[in-house]
Order: sequence, then C-alpha cells, then structure tokens
Amino acid sequence: METHCLKRPTRRQFLSSVAFTVLAASSGPVLARSISGSLPWEARSADPPIQVRPGGWLFFTPEEVSTMEAVADRLIPADELSIGGKDAGCVVYLDRQLVGSYGASSRLYTRGPFMPGLPTQGYQAPDTPAQRYRTGLAALNAWTRDNKGGKRFFELSPDDQDATLRDLEAGKITLADNVDAKSFFNLMLSNVMEGFFADPIYGGNKDMASWKMLGFPGARYDYRDHVTKHNQPYPLPPVSIAGSTEWMTR
Amino acid sequence: MTTILPRKDVVIVGLGWTGSILAHELTEEGLDVVAIERGPWRDTAIDFNIGYAQDELRYAIRRDLFLQPTVEAMTMRNNTSQTALPMRDYGSFLPGNGVGGAGVHWNGHTWRFWDSDFRIVDHLNERYGSGRGADLTLQNWGISAEEMESAYDRFEYLAGISGKAGNIKGQIQEGGNPFEDPRSRDYPLPPMQMTYAPTLFAEVTRSMGLHPFPTPSANLSQDYINPLGIAMGQCTMCGFCERFGCANYSKSSAQTTILPVLMKKKNFEVRTNSEVLHLDLDVSKKHARGVTYIDTSGQEFFQPADLVLLCAYGLHNVRLMMLSGIGQIYDPNTGEGTVGRNYCYQTNSGAQVFFDDKNFNPFIAAGALGQTVDDYNGDAFDHGPLDFVGGAGINCIPTNGRPIQTRPTPPGTPRWGSQWKQATVKAYKATLGFSSQGSSYPARGNYLDLDPTYTDRFGRPLLRITFDFPDNDIRMSAWVTAKMEEIAKSFGGRQYNISPRRKGWDSVPYQSTHNTGGAIMGADPNTSAVNKYLQSWDVPNVFVVGASAFAHNAGKNPTGTVGALAYFSADAIRQQYLRNPGQPLVSA
Repeated sequence: METHCLKRPTRRQFLSSVAFTVLAASSGPVLARSISGSLPWEARSADPPIQVRPGGWLFFTPEEVSTMEAVADRLIPADELSIGGKDAGCVVYLDRQLVGSYGASSRLYTRGPFMPGLPTQGYQAPDTPAQRYRTGLAALNAWTRDNKGGKRFFELSPDDQDATLRDLEAGKITLADNVDAKSFFNLMLSNVMEGFFADPIYGGNKDMASWKMLGFPGARYDYRDHVTKHNQPYPLPPVSIAGSTEWMTR
Repeated sequence: MTTILPRKDVVIVGLGWTGSILAHELTEEGLDVVAIERGPWRDTAIDFNIGYAQDELRYAIRRDLFLQPTVEAMTMRNNTSQTALPMRDYGSFLPGNGVGGAGVHWNGHTWRFWDSDFRIVDHLNERYGSGRGADLTLQNWGISAEEMESAYDRFEYLAGISGKAGNIKGQIQEGGNPFEDPRSRDYPLPPMQMTYAPTLFAEVTRSMGLHPFPTPSANLSQDYINPLGIAMGQCTMCGFCERFGCANYSKSSAQTTILPVLMKKKNFEVRTNSEVLHLDLDVSKKHARGVTYIDTSGQEFFQPADLVLLCAYGLHNVRLMMLSGIGQIYDPNTGEGTVGRNYCYQTNSGAQVFFDDKNFNPFIAAGALGQTVDDYNGDAFDHGPLDFVGGAGINCIPTNGRPIQTRPTPPGTPRWGSQWKQATVKAYKATLGFSSQGSSYPARGNYLDLDPTYTDRFGRPLLRITFDFPDNDIRMSAWVTAKMEEIAKSFGGRQYNISPRRKGWDSVPYQSTHNTGGAIMGADPNTSAVNKYLQSWDVPNVFVVGASAFAHNAGKNPTGTVGALAYFSADAIRQQYLRNPGQPLVSA
C-alpha cells in the first residue's frame, strides 16, 4: 500500500490541542492523502467521542448557570416520570457544547453580507450560539428585573418562570440588545432537549433518565431477536455508548 | 503556483456511489484512473465504529459525516422576485461528504423509475392526448425502461437489495409491486422481516383494495456475497441508518460493495481531502484537458486526463459545470440554456396515527424496512378527470426511535413542561407514521445558477437554488394526502394528524436529500445538457453522472436510478466511447 500523508497529527496531539472541545475532533486538520493498492488502515485512527465530566463551568458564568438551570428545570420539570433538566445535566451538556464547534458555528457558512431573510431562508444573523446565550441570558435577566419586581429569572417562583417562558415562546416580550425572544426561546428549547435525550456521554441524560422514561434501549444496535415480537414490550434496559449504569462501580 | 501532475486516462470528481462504479468499470478496462475526493477517506471499521456509531447527537444532529456549510454552502429563494440568501446551515437537504458520499448515510430505499417516467411526455400524450402538464417543462429522458433494465439489475445485485419482484418478464408476482415494469429476475435477497407498524399498514391498505409490498431495501435481509465477491452481513435493525454509517456491513454503500475490490487495483488511486476547483477546457471549449484541484494545505494541482467524469453530488456537478464554462447556463426568462435547467425536488406529506393500546417499539427499525403502496404513484392511476399529473408512493417505513428527533406528540401538545412530558411518553411507542413521497415536476421558474453575491472560501460563487413547489405538484400532493387521510382513519386509532405539503419551499426543516436535475439527459442538445449516456453535448470527453441527469423526479428515492445510470454510462464508455475517444456518442 502506498499512502502519503503530510504531517497528520496523531489523535493524542490533536486532542491535547483542543482539550475542551467536545465535538470538534472530527473536523480537525486532516491533510490530503493519496491512497492506492489496498484499503488503508492505521492503528488508533478511530475517533471516539470524548466523555464529558461534570465539574466546573467552561462557558457559563455563575449567574448564567443559575438562569439556565432554572430554564432547564421548567422546560423539563422533575416529576414522577423523570428527574428535571437541571439534575439530568442539561446545562453541563450545553456548557460543553458552547465551548466547542457548535458554540462557535465553526461548521456553518458565516460569510457576509448578513441580511435579514425570509422565514424560508433560515437563521441569517451573524451571532454564534455562544454569543446568543451570552446576550440572551443577560437580556432575559434584565427583562425580569425590570418587569418582575427586580428579580432575576432564577429568583422568580416556578409559576412566574413558566409565565415568562410562555411569553418568550410567543414572542410577547421585547428583550434588550435586539435579542429575538421567540428565536432565543427556540434555541434554548432545542439545546435543552438535545442534552436530555442525547447519549449521557455528552453530559446530560444522567443515568439515561430520559431513555428509561421513554423505553428507548439506547446503543444496543441489534434487535433481530425482537423484530417479529409485534406489540410486545422490549425486555432490556437501555445502554449508553459508555455502557450501563449498573456496570459502573460506585 | 499550480503543480502539474502526470497525465491519467481518467479523472473522476467525487468517490461516492457513481464514482466508485465508474472507477471499477473503467479500471476493468485497463485504464489508469484517479479519483479526486473533497472529503476524507472513510471506512467501516474506523469511521462507522460499532462502539459509537449509534450516537444521535454526533451524527444526526451535528452531522459529522455530512458536507459542512463552511466548506460549501448554497443560496436559496422561492422565486426570482426574492433575493437569495445562503443556507447558513443545511436543513431541508443534507449533501454528503467524503469517500462513499451520501451513499454512506442514506436510508437505502432502492427503486426503479418507470417507463412512464423516462418517456413522460410521450406517455402522457399517448394516454391522455396532448396538453397535459402544459404549465410544466416536462421532457423525455431519451431512454426507456427496457434499455435500463439490465443496468438496474446490476446495481441491485451489486448492492444486495432485499425485496419482492412484482413483475418478472411480464408475469405479475403475488406480494410484489404490481405497477412496476418487467424485470428480468427477482431481487437478490428476499424482503426484510417486518416490524409491527408496516405489518399493520399492509393489513389496513390491503383491506382497502390497495397493493402494499415490501419496500426494496439496501439494508440486507440476509448475509450476502455480491458479484464482486464482497461479503455483507444481515441487518440488525439497530435504528441508526439515515445520517449514520453502518457498523454492521449491512447497508449497501461504496464501502460495503465496491471499495474493497477497487482499492486493491494498481491502476486506481484516490486523492482525498482534495477539492476540484474547476475543469480546464482547451481554447475550443469543446475538450476538457483535466481538472484543477486544491488540497487542504492550500497547494493547487492540475491533473491532466483524457476523460473527465463528474461524479459529485448532483448539485455539485452542476456548479462545477458552471464554474468551468461547460454549456450555457439556463435563463428562466428565455427558457434557453441547458445547465441549471429542470431542477426538481420531492413533494412529500405525512400522516400520524396515535393509539392507546399498541406498542410499535419504534427503535427496532432500519432505514428502508417497511411497506409501500404505489397505487397512487406516477401514472399508475387514471389522471383523466384530475387537474394534475404525477403521484406519490405512500410509505410506512418507520426508520428509527432516536429520541432527540423522533418524539411524536398529538397536535396541540405543549412543547415543554409536565404536560409535554406526559404526552411524549404516551405517544413514543404508540404512534404509527406514514408518508407520501411525491413526484416533483419541472417548471420554468425552478432552476440552478451561480449566486451573484455569495462566495465560497476560494472566492468562487455559490450555487443558487430558485425553487418552489409547482402548483401542479401541490394539487397532486393534496389529492394523495386525502387518500392518506382515508388510510389514517381506517387504522382506528385514538386520533390522527395529517401534514400536507404547502407552497413556499422552506429550507430549514429536513425534507429530502433528493435534489435532481440541472444537467439533465435528453435527446435534444437545445433542451438537455447531456445525452442518454450522460455525455456532455458541449464537451464530449466529459460525462456528468448522477441525479443531476434526471429530467424530473419521480415519487421515488433516486439512488436506484442513479446507480443504474452509472452502469448505463459505464457500458457506453467501455463499449462505444473508447473506440473513438473524444467523439460524441449521439450526433446532435
């Protein structure tokens, strides 16, 4: 086999240079190569995900953490079906996403000119998700301070938080710094849901709480023995890419 | 500075399905072939690793295997009165990237188009008299189903398609699609074992007098060794198909059906992470000298070649033709020009039925595991009294229960909070969905060209898509969707929900990566960019292979026809073109 590969960084070198980016790994600077004569294969060239470890905040400030945790707990409240968004780790998930390629829009088309578009043309503003959270959460707290007796969002009662979120969702609130209330609400909703339902390796969905709630078996990958068992419950609990909660020593 | 490389017999742009098929066929002919691939090398063991292939966030939401807009975006608008803006993220469709292309992360529905598609104008005139579809720019493709039969057969046997023939040499087969054209033999593998939802769909539609049959699937029902000697494994119905690579060697792709043989050939080479910037024409503009490409270090190369095959995604084929000055760009005002013409898409609608007492185990699924009804597809039914042409396949193919994206709830459910959670849990296992995949017929104002404002990272103009669903297609979809509502009612669920297709193509929600046309095939160089062998009318040593050649899109997934056209074109090159290289295979 003949393969020419200029300065391809090893996975270890590459990871150490982007220690805090969760999902950027596969968009690394892999250089051009010529392959001929056989299927190329190199040891340790696979690119597994990097497991998020809770502890510390890489993007959010303490006030943003409190705000986002309150939002996550109203979007996904704790009840008899599952733990809430905060305990599930949705904000840890989001924190790590926002310091990675997602937060920086590094995969998107970000060239100008930026012009307001039609709804069919999608998001057209220059702000990245990281910028939108920074501005949006500050604007949300400023709005509640001005309109809810001087309190920040996370200081409101759950009912007041729900009412505020409903108004955000409906676009009834005008936020400072040109933050589009509806669009910011939708961003938070989709990200919190991602964290709740994604594999727990990304920091949310603690102990596969959402999968247990739904009955989704996760990463099992082979259902041949159950295909024709129509209308019968699937018997096995979920597993994550990182395994099962039961396998872990505590 | 551009480095000039040693000449090759053939340069192929893009190593996906079509590039791999052409490369295999032409290396068999003894030619020296190089493929230039913009994305990375990809193979099962490393890139679709069974330890973490089933990662919804990484592959379905962040779309690790797809073309990223920062590499190449496109602009869109619904009509010429609007200003096109870039799709800053891909949404409505998701082009592939890397070796294997979109064939890595497709679902695997593998159809044959019908003779009434290839000969659509003649067919409609013969059946209904002239004048049907006058508001459309329908054209014959210049081929027939009979001519295409052996090419379809080869692709299906290469890929190990699992299905049930409906028509073998004119004999209708019980349990298959009675509306298909004659095929020479059955599929290489029997249909997949059915999950609960499609089984119920088949019962209900059959009781209504319709003709359900197992969807022809590139998720293999059994182990298989293809004609190249490459082994594949039985699909495990893992529920991670579309947007994912298959870790089980169970989904047909270039990786699982061709590359293990192709890559061993001494007369084949692929250069990855290398993007073709344009084809270089000689002064006559009737002969391509080769291609110029740039690698990820920014180094530019000129690769001379006698024959240039554009095998990128259809939309990229069209853009490269435009960037290279091949043919005349279509002008919707005059109707003149062939490159960018007859851009079509897919006209889909959906239905959901919510039950109280059923468990569909939605996570037990595969991309193409399901049942289809073709009674209302194409011209399988009488359009005489109807105010539209075309139709839709109705598919019950529940592909997954991945919970970030697949969480159906009845209309009126809040999107968050305790009520949302209760409704989500209740509906997750107890919802049956089915959809229509409708034809998309060409209209004068739907076309591709180069954007006047937005450029890529090399300063080249982006492709501009001007598209909306033609009124004919909206009427078609409304009519088929009414039939779907009858089916939905017949299930006897607690409640159902219908999502019809509306005017105003929206680039944000995912709909379908079935973008067709722009470099269409045909018999007339004034109205087509390539002849029936996919050879450029303007530059005969260039072939443009892919769904870019479709003169319209049928109510079917395109890959089967794309694969068959690749074989049809390869045969023409091997048996005719190489005898007189550089000459047109069809005289204009």
